[in-house]
Amino acid sequence: MGNKITVKNLNFFYGKDQALFDISLNIPEREVMAFVGPSGCGKSTFLRVFNRMNDTIPYARVEGEVKIDGKNIYKAKTDVVELRRKVGMVFQKSNPFPKSIFDNVAYGIRINRMHSSKKDLAVRVERALKNAALWDEVKDRLTTSAFGLSGGQQQRLCIARALAVRPEVILMDEPASALDPIATQKIEELVVELKKDYTIVIVTHNMQQAARISDRTAFFMLGKLIEVNPTEKMFTNPDDKLTEDYITGRFG
Amino acid sequence: METRIIDRKLDVLRDKLLLLGGTTEKAVYLAMRSLTERDSDLARKVIKDDKVINKMEVGIDQMSVEILALQQPAAHDLRFVISVAKITPVLERIADHAANIAEAAIVLNNEPEITPYSELQKMAEVAGEMLQTALDAFTSEDSELSRSVIKRDREIDDAYNRIFDKLIRLMIENPPLTTGAAHLLFVAKHLERIGDYVKDICELNVYLIEAAFIKHKKRI
Repeated sequence: MGNKITVKNLNFFYGKDQALFDISLNIPEREVMAFVGPSGCGKSTFLRVFNRMNDTIPYARVEGEVKIDGKNIYKAKTDVVELRRKVGMVFQKSNPFPKSIFDNVAYGIRINRMHSSKKDLAVRVERALKNAALWDEVKDRLTTSAFGLSGGQQQRLCIARALAVRPEVILMDEPASALDPIATQKIEELVVELKKDYTIVIVTHNMQQAARISDRTAFFMLGKLIEVNPTEKMFTNPDDKLTEDYITGRFG
Repeated sequence: METRIIDRKLDVLRDKLLLLGGTTEKAVYLAMRSLTERDSDLARKVIKDDKVINKMEVGIDQMSVEILALQQPAAHDLRFVISVAKITPVLERIADHAANIAEAAIVLNNEPEITPYSELQKMAEVAGEMLQTALDAFTSEDSELSRSVIKRDREIDDAYNRIFDKLIRLMIENPPLTTGAAHLLFVAKHLERIGDYVKDICELNVYLIEAAFIKHKKRI
């Protein structure tokens, strides 16, 4: 399978501070890529490069090339709204809107005017909720507030909301770090299921989670990409001593 | 660099394996001595002590599982635990062969010596050296040394073939000696198997050091 995202010689700055150094990396289509590394290593910054979420930060600056489907997303005429539809995001803390379950998922469909009728909207919402493995739990209370859901359910609702606008890439920034093991397992199963249709990039501090669900793992330290390899190789025989030290807990 | 919780556990696991290794080496050595020195009391001690080795095996198994479950090792740590868990039953089987040699010694010690044991003794020395070197190579994580031990298995196989031919000839030429010769043949076979097991240990050493699976490969 080809590469969905290609990054060449990427440098990233917060004002004068350089956060990412000369990163080149390919992310294959319909695979799960995990980003791991100590806090402050730049992995979340790098994740937010893919849908230009960093644009909202004053003085943030990007150098280098980031292509999705062969198109440089930092070209001046890039439609950022369309980019963010195509590259969805799920955050560490679930952030449902203060609306009903149905309206949360319908929100993106409505603002993008993706539906042809009220019935079509309902079909799209149902499909997104099913893909996020949440439908059976909420189908009888779609009109109730999203805040009535458990933490794990709220996170799957946010995934459903991201899926509803038919993205191609899903970025996940520690999506299960605030969840209990059962809810975490559901998210992990969901990620593995979703890679049939989507390219997924996930930032995680949980090494075992990266090991369980990703096809490839990239290890970052102090803004540099130290190593990227198939996950199985990374966790049994990493190439770099720094990677080995990190994944075996020799420094934190 | 600070010591991790897992480091202490891995150190204990290594010590347990080396203790098992040393005890196994000694069992092979004493079993052969019980034969060459015609000492059946010693042979009985080797057989009795095999139970201690079995207990050590279970202890290492339990600790390996515990580390895997609770420490979730990765990379070299993971390969270390896997290697220990796979080397342990190999050592236990080598010790079983030592006990079997001791059993044969008890039978043979009741009969007049039918042929000099010098060649068997030489074969046992090579097997013992190989086992010792394999355990050293595990400790020092030396894959070259491990590979050199694997190559030495041929010496054991050649010695076995020579002893086999000689004992068969003896049986044909002197049928009343057949029972004794058959027991000696078993001893040779046990030593030959020990050589194979040492080879397995060395292959696991290479896995530990290089993460390469060389078992069943022509080129190592």
